[in-house]
Amino acid sequence: MKKSAKTRRAFLLKLELRSHPTLLCVIRGALEPLIETLGFSGEHCRAIVRGVDEAVSNIMKHSYHGRLDQPIELYCNRLQRRTNGETELGIEILLFDCGAAVDTTKLPARPLDEIRPGGLGLHIIRGSMDTVQYKRAGRLNRLRLVKYAGFPKGGCNSVEEKPS
Amino acid sequence: MKISSRKVDKATILDVSGNIDMSNSPEVRKALLREIREKGVTRVVLNLSGVGYIDSSGVASLVEGLKASRESGSRFVLFGLNDSAREVLKISHLLKLFEVYDDEAQAMAS
Repeated sequence: MKKSAKTRRAFLLKLELRSHPTLLCVIRGALEPLIETLGFSGEHCRAIVRGVDEAVSNIMKHSYHGRLDQPIELYCNRLQRRTNGETELGIEILLFDCGAAVDTTKLPARPLDEIRPGGLGLHIIRGSMDTVQYKRAGRLNRLRLVKYAGFPKGGCNSVEEKPS
Repeated sequence: MKISSRKVDKATILDVSGNIDMSNSPEVRKALLREIREKGVTRVVLNLSGVGYIDSSGVASLVEGLKASRESGSRFVLFGLNDSAREVLKISHLLKLFEVYDDEAQAMAS
């Protein structure tokens, strides 16, 4: 995969894997100790792992339509931002895949008051992460997920966001 | 992931261990629907105390079990959820839909 110069900086973690669902546990197993090491709480750690796992599952299902041998790349980087004079720790996860461009307006996210299986992945990603940004970058899909550690979700205004 | 079943009184308890994600959630769905639809068990109790992680496809399997139990007039009960499982059900606005108990004794006494 060819990516922009921005993604060629040193990352805390880089994973290259195929779109096989049995590899989801590998991602979870790599992320969890990394996030714990960075100092996130157990609750935040579970949220980040959950958000990333659901995002990769969505790539496998919707971008690659169940094909098992397609490339997925994951990058993790540490972030920090200044809020009310305090530095807040964060983590940024970038996911790249070579599937067809995703029409985000057509992704299945059902109303939560319906009792039926399916369509929960997007809700779970959005409910677990602070930032979810999709972008088509050339022939790649790029999903950017961000989670901050220190403040209740939506309870602060970021004044700065930069890789540490 | 492993699933085993045992009969206790008129209930079937399904003991699940491992992680439930899109690689194996169809097995959970299949086991639940077999007990509820094919065997006609009147109370199916799912023991999740050995489950470390459950994703949206696993949650979808639980919802299918719940729907099947409502259609057949049986009961579908969960126990032993860890923080991760509770959180994913809560985010999905499904936690209140299920009968959830802390342990097997409570689930069986319900």
